[in-house]
Amino acid sequence: MFIKVNPEKCVGCEACLSACPYDAITMEGGVAVIGELCQACRACLTVCPEGAIVESGKAEATVDAGASGIMVFAEQRHGCLAGVAIELLGAARKIAGQIASRRGATCSVSAVLLGGGRDAADELICFGADRVYHATGPELDAFHDEACAEMLARAIDAAKPEIVLAGATAIGRSFLPRVAARLRTGLTADCTSLEMDENGVNLLQVRPAWGGNIMASILTPSRRPQMATVRPKVMKPIERVEGRQGEIINLPSDGLVVRAKVVEFIKEVTMNVNIAESDVIVAGGRGVGQKGFEMLFELAGLLGGAVGASRAAVDEGWISYGHQVGQTGKTVCPKLYIACGISGAVQHLVGMQSSDVIVAINKNPDAPIFNVATYGIVGDVAEVVPMLIRKLKESA
Amino acid sequence: MKIVVCVKQVPDTAEVKLDREKNTLIRDGVPSIINPYDRHAIEAALSIKEQAGGGTVTAISMGPPQAEAALREAIELGVDEGVLLTDRAFAGSDTLATSRALAAMISIISPDVIFCGKQAIDGDTAQVGPEVAEFLGIPHVAYVRKIVTVSDGAIRVERLMDDGYDVVDTSLPVLFTAVKELNTPRLPSLRGKMAAKKAVIKKITAADLSIPEGELGLSGSPTQVNRVFTPEARGGRKALSGSLEEQVSALAGELRAMSCA
Ligand SMILES: Cc1cc2nc3c(=O)[nH]c(=O)nc-3n(C[C@H](O)[C@H](O)[C@H](O)COP(=O)(O)OP(=O)(O)OC[C@H]3O[C@@H](n4cnc5c(N)ncnc54)[C@H](O)[C@@H]3O)c2cc1C
Ligand SMILES: Nc1ncnc2c1ncn2[C@@H]1O[C@H](COP(=O)(O)O)[C@@H](O)[C@H]1O
Repeated sequence: MFIKVNPEKCVGCEACLSACPYDAITMEGGVAVIGELCQACRACLTVCPEGAIVESGKAEATVDAGASGIMVFAEQRHGCLAGVAIELLGAARKIAGQIASRRGATCSVSAVLLGGGRDAADELICFGADRVYHATGPELDAFHDEACAEMLARAIDAAKPEIVLAGATAIGRSFLPRVAARLRTGLTADCTSLEMDENGVNLLQVRPAWGGNIMASILTPSRRPQMATVRPKVMKPIERVEGRQGEIINLPSDGLVVRAKVVEFIKEVTMNVNIAESDVIVAGGRGVGQKGFEMLFELAGLLGGAVGASRAAVDEGWISYGHQVGQTGKTVCPKLYIACGISGAVQHLVGMQSSDVIVAINKNPDAPIFNVATYGIVGDVAEVVPMLIRKLKESA
Repeated sequence: MKIVVCVKQVPDTAEVKLDREKNTLIRDGVPSIINPYDRHAIEAALSIKEQAGGGTVTAISMGPPQAEAALREAIELGVDEGVLLTDRAFAGSDTLATSRALAAMISIISPDVIFCGKQAIDGDTAQVGPEVAEFLGIPHVAYVRKIVTVSDGAIRVERLMDDGYDVVDTSLPVLFTAVKELNTPRLPSLRGKMAAKKAVIKKITAADLSIPEGELGLSGSPTQVNRVFTPEARGGRKALSGSLEEQVSALAGELRAMSCA
């Protein structure tokens, strides 16, 4: 066991019992005892009012002093750079700044581009990369896990970065684990915030866990590189600088093995709704009803936006999965998010709560969506939405 | 055809609620279930076995002794046998240490096909499948939404991507991770229930896998949970007042001012 209760200090308040997500703590003779269900998640440490819960047996730090710099996997698909690649360069520059100021070390930012053209490599430099490792080859035209894993491992071997970041997209989440396993290092999935610790040594990787119920801050103290996949739309890109200087290095792509081979790609029109790119989203939940979605499309049309949905609405079959916002859908960060008939379950909130302005329309005044709303209207969507459409039309 | 399916027992996170005042999870009475994605993995394993006209499906799980229940449930559904990796040395494993242990067990079984769920709903990492494949040195296809054809030494599947889907041909052995669209999991059969009652779940310890101690559990896990906390509440609320009509008018005005309209 790595988490222990100091029986001298435990007063038997049982606060840790309900804090433990794994049901690993029991009371024996008025004292908390941690059993073998313990996953060392440390949830109990933070709630114990007596400081009676301690950890022991932590891995010793053996950080590779030779590693430095931040590497971003610059995802491209069918020749187009993914938005998250640009966002990650912004995040990498921010982290590099923190390393420089807190540790007094210079820290460069490199990008790895697999497939795609020279223009994409130039673009990465304009958006903050000091160096771009670029590889091309037939195995890199479609997405092949084995080829991408091998190429990223080669780039890491060449540059020896201390941090490697990739988008938490279908592609990033599929092949980054292979790279992490090959390097025997840690990988933190689906991060929503990244920050260096106060010494500028370890990256604090924050991610939602437990279906979004809690946030966990994860460290990779003893291995390098520290690796993370990062949710699209949560990091801010830096301003594009035309003519910014950087170096493009060709990465040889010889000898790639592909045993799982893409023979065809079929684009799905319904998945192309691209709510993630929209500045305005009008989203509907169970409270909207099947018919109600028609008026949401009308409202979205008036505001120049797209239509999103809660999982409940998607599960009902009122709208396709491509519109789903939240933990198991898309993360969005529009200027305006109008939530209609959505209760505001945490799994929904994690996907939209960083929107600039949130409007909630719900007939239940106690719905949790109001806790995150900038403007709240308690009322029936069937009444409020048509009224809003009318008012907007009047003023147009 | 020899098939392995990786099954994790998880608390039903849909039932977990947050106590905002005490900043803790309300977990009382939250049941342990088979990770929902793993049910699709089990179904896929069973149907591939049926299509191939024979073979065995072994469900393996790493977890505390209680996880045996998940394996028995898998047997109720039609899985042939269950193997539980259970040892204090495994406690606190992150995805790397978990994958290392699962891969060590799988290489003993040496199957043609391995199925995992896309992700486990407690950690939501979706990393264990691809990491196991890397440890085994075999290809993987994540987010499998359809098994198109199964032939000797090759399988064609469809893989869900962010913008559509890929059709992928793979050699064997291979590891797949299952998404919900893949199938509708079957219900337990009477025969399955009888088999589950009688089944002996094989227990495997760290020593059986001959992995050095430092590579398992917390000490074999490069990532560490530094802190858990509840998401911050968002501020900046602005009031709308008056009748419903007045509130909607005011809102329309605000939206216009944002020059969205
Ligand atoms: C692992 C996991 C992942 C999940 N991922 C997601 C995800 O990605 N995205 C997501 O959205 N959910 C997700 N969920 C589900 C989530 O927990 C909620 O069940 C879901 O968000 C609820 O959707 P809803 O708000 O539309 O429905 P409900 O919770 O049923 O709420 C409907 C709301 O509409 C209001 N209402 C009803 N009628 C009217 C009316 N006429 N006028 C005005 N208001 C009305 C009600 O007061 C209520 O607040 C996930 C759950 C789990 C366990
Ligand atoms: N402890 C475990 N025992 C068995 N299978 C597991 C375990 N952890 C993860 N898996 C498998 O890996 C998949 C992805 O899990 P995760 O990477 O934790 O999201 C799950 O759906 C399971 O199929």
